[in-house]
Amino acid sequence: MKDTGFNDQGHFCSGHNACAGCAEALAMRVVLNEVGEDAIGVVAPSCVAIILGAHPNNSAKIPFIHGTIESAAASAAGVKQALIAQGKNDTTVLCFAGDGGTYDIGLQSLSSVAERNEDILYVCFDNEGYMNTGGQKSSSTPRAAATGSTPLGKTTRKKNMVEILAAHRIPYIATASTSHMGDLAEKVRKAKAIRGTKVLIIIIPCLPGWGVADDAATKVARLAVETGVFPLFEIEDGVKYTMSVGEKTKEIGSYLELQKRYRHLDDEGREGLQAEVNENWERLAEIAGK
Amino acid sequence: MANQINLQGNQACALGAIAAGCTFYAGYPITPSSEVAEAMSRELPKVGGTFIQMEDEIASMGAVVGASMGGLKAMTATSGPGFSLKQENLGYACGAEIPCVIINVMRGGPSTGMPTRPAQGDIMQARWGTHGDHPIIVLTPASVAECYTETIRAFELTERLRVPVIVLIDEVIGHLVETVDLDALQPEKLVERTFATGSKDGFEPYAVTDDMIPPFPRPGDGFRSHTTGLTHLPSGFPTQNPAKAEAALVRTTDKLDLHADLIASNELVQTKDADLLIVALGISARAAQQAVTDLRADGIKAGLFRPKTLWPFPESDLKACVNGAKAILVPEMNQGQMILEIERLMARDLPVIGLNKIDGEAITPAEIVAKVNEVLS
Repeated sequence: MKDTGFNDQGHFCSGHNACAGCAEALAMRVVLNEVGEDAIGVVAPSCVAIILGAHPNNSAKIPFIHGTIESAAASAAGVKQALIAQGKNDTTVLCFAGDGGTYDIGLQSLSSVAERNEDILYVCFDNEGYMNTGGQKSSSTPRAAATGSTPLGKTTRKKNMVEILAAHRIPYIATASTSHMGDLAEKVRKAKAIRGTKVLIIIIPCLPGWGVADDAATKVARLAVETGVFPLFEIEDGVKYTMSVGEKTKEIGSYLELQKRYRHLDDEGREGLQAEVNENWERLAEIAGK
Repeated sequence: MANQINLQGNQACALGAIAAGCTFYAGYPITPSSEVAEAMSRELPKVGGTFIQMEDEIASMGAVVGASMGGLKAMTATSGPGFSLKQENLGYACGAEIPCVIINVMRGGPSTGMPTRPAQGDIMQARWGTHGDHPIIVLTPASVAECYTETIRAFELTERLRVPVIVLIDEVIGHLVETVDLDALQPEKLVERTFATGSKDGFEPYAVTDDMIPPFPRPGDGFRSHTTGLTHLPSGFPTQNPAKAEAALVRTTDKLDLHADLIASNELVQTKDADLLIVALGISARAAQQAVTDLRADGIKAGLFRPKTLWPFPESDLKACVNGAKAILVPEMNQGQMILEIERLMARDLPVIGLNKIDGEAITPAEIVAKVNEVLS
């Protein structure tokens, strides 16, 4: 077996509630492993809340407050301020949410947390839709993807949340993928050491929601990175862009063909998505290269 | 042969809305109501309508208010936590008399509660969820066919009366699949909003008319109007003059009294000779109906009063069918909400007893039978 270099501290327990084969559990394992024991979490209603589980099957060693979907970030800020008031400045306050709770209903409170530069580590497990309510679109759903509420495919682009948050000039925001575990772990370590608002957005292929085979979650996540559909990069202080994976090496077709949500696409549709990916990649690479 | 299909309650609400002429839906996914949105996303484009999935529950209600002000028949659907978030815009629609339909599929609460489990805990939120005294109509279907017909009726009432209408169903009714013949359930004639006509000079968007329903100034028709959540005069502009403010508010609530006969609706099951009257709605009424049959087989004269219109509560209809009943039993999946209204109406004339369940399971006919036997013994 290949050595992943992952030194599991046991902060994420077996018996969690993720679907078999879901990459989100792996992402949570890596994040919680790096965050350590001196931490408190707030989680928005989402798949991640389900995976964390209900008593007595809590899968995290640290305490989690299961908050409301529209104000998880605000509640995390409240927890942090309470800790600061008691002199417990070093305790990490985590906020976990899905893309619905980040890109849509939770954006107002997250934006305000970022504007105040509250000292929290916010992690968005981005499966590009409301997968916990049966698979409806969110503003993170990419163009052309079919969902329960966009049965013929979404007609607009995925919201560019990374740069929306970067425009708040928060100290750190990064994208990550479970296909690049070392990179994900490094980004958590880096974020944890920074004071202020830190955000990680992790791509999570949803097995039933995207129509992906049970054994292919990480493969699809890897292809999202390798095709440049989901570039891995960091933005520090809103301006310093760094590409984590410097090249895109594959055409988009290899990524799309593993997912049922794109099966209605014709060649023209695929080419349109490829053009969007190319344009976005070149733009990011140019900014990062400056 | 009749056009019989298997249909789910939530989907029936969506198809009923389409049949009623709804052409605008804005919503946000929430269990156990998401099937309403999914059905609308498929059906609305077929009739040239607009489906928008919004960024949250507040925006969904805001868009519905806007679309209705734009002149369309508009609807949204939600469940407990989302219903709470919609309350401010719902109050705005009540105050500014903006027609709209809200499907609320009740799940266990408070908060996230039991998202996939049924409850009937929003009976009071549906009536008093938004702040201040306000008019509101709440309908409570108890079958898939009624999800269809009552959603149609919701549009008829909201468009005609300019009062928001809530279709309140529990998760069991929302996810219940029954065989229905939609051809047999079609409305004879659609009720349309009364749009303002005539002179544009001195037009008052909240004019006091005989029927207390101000004609609606359709955008583009040239009527100058002002719409606000502030307490407003017939001119639409705000007032804090005590007499005028009270008169403006009282008109909107008196409007429901004036049209009470149009709004009230209920089903009576063997109430004429009933010694024991059961008052129940939704899936609890379905259980109660079976309980009445079982009790009658045992020689106990039970009857059922089922409000199809929950708010305003059809009080004269209930009082008229109490007859010789010795007690009233109110089974409901909450800690006692509708029973408060029954107690108020009965004014201690006869005992009103609750049967309450908040464990995420529906009340069974056997539980009702056992309670009736306990009450009568």
